[in-house]
Formats: sequence, C-alpha cells, structure tokens
Amino acid sequence: MATLRGTARVIGYCILLALLAGVIGCAFGVVYTRQESRRLFTEYNELTKERDHLNYEFGRLELERATKAEINGIEKAARESLGMISPNSANTVVIRR
Amino acid sequence: MTRRELFQFDLPGLRAQRDAQPAKAAPARGARRWFPIQLNAFAGGDAPKVKPRQGTVNLKRRLAVVLMILALAATALIVRAIDLQWVSKDFYLDQGDQRYVRDLKIDAPRGTIFDRNGNPLAVSTPVATIWADPSTLVQHAERIPELARALNLDANALSQKITQKADKQFVYLARHLNPDAADAILKLGIPGVDKQPEFRRFYPNGEVTAHILGKTNVDDVGSEGLELAFNEYLAGKPGSKSVIRDLHNRAIESYDVDLDVPPKPGRDLTLSIDKNIQYLAYRELMAAIKDHKAAYGSIVVMDVTNGEILAMVNQPSFNPNSQNPNIPAKDLLDHMRNRAATDVVEPGSVAKAITISAALESGKWKPDSRVDTNPGTWQHYDHVVHDHRNVGVLTVTGVITHSSNVGAAKIGASLSRDQMWDMFHRFGFGETTGSGFTGESPGNLRIAKLWGPVEQDTISYGYGFSVTPLQLARAYAAIADGGVLHTPTFVKGGGDEGKRIIDKKIADEVLAMLRTVIAPDSTAPKAAVPNYFAAGKTGTSHIAHNGGYRNVYNSVFVGFVPATNPRLVAAIVISGATGTDIVQYMGGTVAAPAFSGVMQGALRLLDVPPDNVKNWYAGGPGPDPLALPKLPPEPAVDPNVVGEIESADP
Repeated sequence: MATLRGTARVIGYCILLALLAGVIGCAFGVVYTRQESRRLFTEYNELTKERDHLNYEFGRLELERATKAEINGIEKAARESLGMISPNSANTVVIRR
Repeated sequence: MTRRELFQFDLPGLRAQRDAQPAKAAPARGARRWFPIQLNAFAGGDAPKVKPRQGTVNLKRRLAVVLMILALAATALIVRAIDLQWVSKDFYLDQGDQRYVRDLKIDAPRGTIFDRNGNPLAVSTPVATIWADPSTLVQHAERIPELARALNLDANALSQKITQKADKQFVYLARHLNPDAADAILKLGIPGVDKQPEFRRFYPNGEVTAHILGKTNVDDVGSEGLELAFNEYLAGKPGSKSVIRDLHNRAIESYDVDLDVPPKPGRDLTLSIDKNIQYLAYRELMAAIKDHKAAYGSIVVMDVTNGEILAMVNQPSFNPNSQNPNIPAKDLLDHMRNRAATDVVEPGSVAKAITISAALESGKWKPDSRVDTNPGTWQHYDHVVHDHRNVGVLTVTGVITHSSNVGAAKIGASLSRDQMWDMFHRFGFGETTGSGFTGESPGNLRIAKLWGPVEQDTISYGYGFSVTPLQLARAYAAIADGGVLHTPTFVKGGGDEGKRIIDKKIADEVLAMLRTVIAPDSTAPKAAVPNYFAAGKTGTSHIAHNGGYRNVYNSVFVGFVPATNPRLVAAIVISGATGTDIVQYMGGTVAAPAFSGVMQGALRLLDVPPDNVKNWYAGGPGPDPLALPKLPPEPAVDPNVVGEIESADP
C-alpha cells in the first residue's frame, strides 16, 4: 500500500515535471513564432511594396511604349527617314482568302 | 531633510510628546489616549499629567475597526482591479492599442482605360502629396527657407502660411508630385513634413481623347465623360490593415488579420475606340477647321456592323492633364463639351436619305420615279423652297445626287406626316442613342401632329428638327447595314444585334443612291476614297440663332465605306466655315475632304480589303461614277486576285 502510494507520488511528480517542461517549451515556442511572424510580416510588407512598385513601373513602361509606338511618329519615320510610300492601286494586289 | 524627517515634520506635536515622555512615568499600557494628549501637546508646554483611564479598553472593538478598515481597503483594491481588468477592460485595451496600433490604408488604383487594341488611354499613376503639420513645423521655423527651396515656393509666403495655421495639424504643401521628388524632400528630415501617397489620372493622348474620356477630379473620382459614366466600374475601393508599430513608426506585426479589409482595385475598361483612328480623325478635323477658318466641329466614326464607336473627336478641345490656363474660364465649358453627343445641329440635306426611305417604303415612289423640280423653286403654302440651281426633272436617285430641296420637299409632301415622323423616329431621331454617354442630347423632333405642311416640307430636306452627329452616324450606319439600326457603344464588344427598321431592299436602294453622291459632277467628289467605293450625303444648314437664322453654316457630311460591303460610317459636322460664296461652306467643300482623309487612313489601319482597285488610277480623282458596277460588284476574273500588278517593279 505504501509502495503504491510512493509510486503514485513519483508519477505525480513526473507529470508535474512534464507539464512544467511543456509549459516552458510552449512559452519558448510562443516567443519564437511571434518573432518569426514579425519577421515574415515585415518581409511580406516589403514584397507587397515591391510588387506595387513593379506594377507602377509596368504601367509607366506601357505608357512609354504607347508613346513610342505613336502612329504619327512611325508614319513620319517611315516616310521621311526610310522613304516609304503607301502603295497605289497600280501596285496593289488584293488576295481574298 | 531625509525622508523620515519630512514625514515627521508634519507631526510636530507627536515629536514634542515623545520628547516629553521620558520625564514622566509611562502610563499604563492602554491608558494612553490620543486625543487629550494631542490636544495638550498642541497647546504647547508641558502636558498636564495624564489621567489614568477609567474602565477597560475594548480591544475587540478596536481590532474589529482595524480589520474593517483593512477589509474596506482590500475591497476597494479588488473593486478597482475588477474595474480595470474586467469592466473597463475594453476602454483601456482600446486606449493602449491607440498608442501602438495603427490602421494603414492600402491603396487601390483606379482601373486603366484601354483602346480596342490595348493601348492605354487613361492611367492612374502613383504620385506623392507633401503635407505638413504646422504646429510642429512652426517650432522649427529656421528650416522653412530650406523647405521652400525644395518645394520651389517663396520662403516668405510659406513661412506666413505656416504661421497663420500654427494651430492646425494639417496643411497641403504640394500635391501630386513625382514620388522620387517627394522622397528627396522627405530626406531633408524637416520635422512635421510628411508625404501621403495618392493617384493621379494621366491621359497620354491628351486633347485627342479628352471629350470621350472626360476627366477625374483631384480626388480621382470621375467628373466628366466616360470617367463619370463608368466611375463605379473603374473606381477602386481602398482597403486597410491594422498593424502594431514600433518606436520608429514601422509596422512590425499584424494586429488582427480578421479586421483587415483587402483593397478592391478598380477594373480595367476596354473601349471600342481605336486610338489611331481617333488621332487621324482629330488631325483631319483640325485641318478642315483651319483650312476653312471654321469655329468648331465634330467627327464620329462608327463600325457599321455593330455600332461600336471607333473615334469621336471635337474641336475646340482641352487638355485633361492640366488646368488649361490658356483657355479663358468662360470658354472652358465650351472646350470641354463633347459636341458629337451633346450638341445638336439641323442636318440639312443629309436628312433627304431618310425622307427617300419613307417614300420608298410607302410604295408611291421607286428609285427611278420622276419628280419635276423646275424651275428650281417651289411655292408651297406660304413657303418657297429653293434649290441651289435649277436641276430640272430628276429621278428619286437624282434628288439625292443633286441634293434637290424642291425634289425632297415634293416627295415629302406626298407622304403623310405620320409616315414621315415614323421613319425619322425609327432612324433614332428625337431620342438618345443609348450610348450611355452622360449628357447626351436626344435632339429635337416634334411629334407628327404638331407638324404643319410647311414644317413637313422643311423636315424633308433637313430643317426644322435637330440631331447630334452621333445620331447621324447611327442613322447612316443603319442604311449601310441593310436597314438594321444599332445602339452605339463606347465599349469593345458592347455592340448589339440591332433592330431592323427598314427592309433590306429599301436600304440597298438608298445606299445605291448615296453612292452617286461621291462622283466628279455630283455634290461631294472630294469625299472619294481611293481604291474604295464610298457612299454618303452632304448637308449644309444655317445655324439657328435667336429664333431665326444667321449667315453661319453647318457643313455636314455623313458617309460610309466600302460601299459594296460597308464597314465604317463617319459623320462630320463642321460649323462656322467662313467664305463669301455658298460653295465655300457647303458640306461637299468643307466636310467631304475630311471624310476622305479619315476613311483612307482608317481603312488602311483596319486592313479592310479595297473593293475598287481597278477603277482608281494613281493620283486620279477617285472612282468614275459612270463605271459604278451594279450591286453586288462585278466579280473579279480571278476569285483570289482583285486587280493586277501593273507596274513592272518586282
């Protein structure tokens, strides 16, 4: 009977110790995940900012492309620098598909 | 003075008593009573001998009192603790959060507007607005000149502004700066100066697309044109997220993800407008107005088959990217109006095509029926209808070819007013086109029972009712599309099936008549488009003014190409062309060349196959009307090749 009670006490201590260890481990875990979440949050923010920035850059470049591909400019370049002309009917062939 | 002394300083009486005590016999424990002793002590001098207290002290009662006080104190503490931790918890949490949690706005840019080929027409670009907290900045007044230099402002004026608003927390210093420029200013590290990201609408094509797109106000909300009509669709909804910030105001952690609102970026809009045709139309309109010293004008180009608007330009225009300092304020609204949709003109002879449609439908007239227009005037009731010159006996086709007012009036007079009104109404006159453009005018067409016979005459040749250029383009598109009227749309793919308003046979007959107009001895030889058959009608009308007419004219041309298989319709209205002779402001002189110019370019841009290669020779005046093939066009010898290479160049 006495041994049984002793064993029970030992088991009780063991559980207590395990719980204590668990609590401490858990506490460290909380600290770690919190730290990690902050790090990831910062990273996420930075990446979002970069994404937005790249989007704006893309929009800007698209605008620039549209300006460069301006039909008047192309026509001018074709006519003046390259000496191109629009074909008249004498040298037009229409192929119907 | 030590803390202890400080404490005791407040009790000089007690000290006096303590000093006096040793000399006397200590009274029996419990015999001391505070009250008389203190009184005596305060009275100064030696305290009289304390009388031994009579009766026993009630220790229990004293203990109870002390315990009660302690219990009360403890209760107070507990109550306070409960109050802090439980009852007012939200308030204190909130207060705490306010000191380290911040809501960050997540911007959602307005959607981009593209043309039909994906070219951006309106783009929101990020800009930065520099603002200041005057209450902070005023304490660092010595840095204001430095700030003024960076902002390109006058130092004295800035200083005055800051001082005047020293009790405020917010003042704009510069709005809509380039983000890099704003960062350079922030790098100066002047206290109380910060930036706020904003978006600004940018229109790369400026005044060319200004009337269609309209503009947004300084807060990026549509205020005119399609920006206004599609504001709900284009506008983004900014989101927000709560973050925990650190000492340096950096966001370090998300506060509560559930509270975050994701931003809803604005949707992109793809218009039916073709940027290149738009440019072309604008250029031709500018040229026509300049050549004929006209006041204002509009061009509308539409796809015949589905009602998509490919180009819509007006003069005068404005620059949506600036505040237009060059335009006097009273004229600005005139410059900003999209005349093609909001302004009405009397269409003049252009309306004859509709009158003829009604005539053909009535069965009373055939294209080759004859009408006598001699002697070039016609007295009907108290009104005299004039022709430009006497064109004698005409066929119905000839009335269109030579644009005879007398012929049109006589044909119109043979119809009932209900028949005519019905036809004009079916062509969409007198009601808005349904394009969805804000402020579009329905034009003006009185109901038939209000028409007198003279009014019916004038309406036959295009006076006495008014239409927008957009309505004209739409009506002629219906003739071009075999009698099917489409609802004009500004959105790519937004065209509709259309509804049939006249028989295909009648539409084709009218189309054939309209083809005769673009011929060397007809009214609009200058509208000819090389390599293509074109069809159309000129119109010239006095501009109504104060209930009468003054000698200012609208020069109108509405037409479509290629006539054998119509694809594009254009309506051109140019007003106020100056000249001494009627020829100088007639539609065929002023508006027709612009039609030719716009269509040449547009057909090339859209790769529409030519249908008239053989009849056109290099540098020639255009198709010979006598060689017009019967509809449908004569098939080419080789079904794959229309026209031959005649030059020897490989």
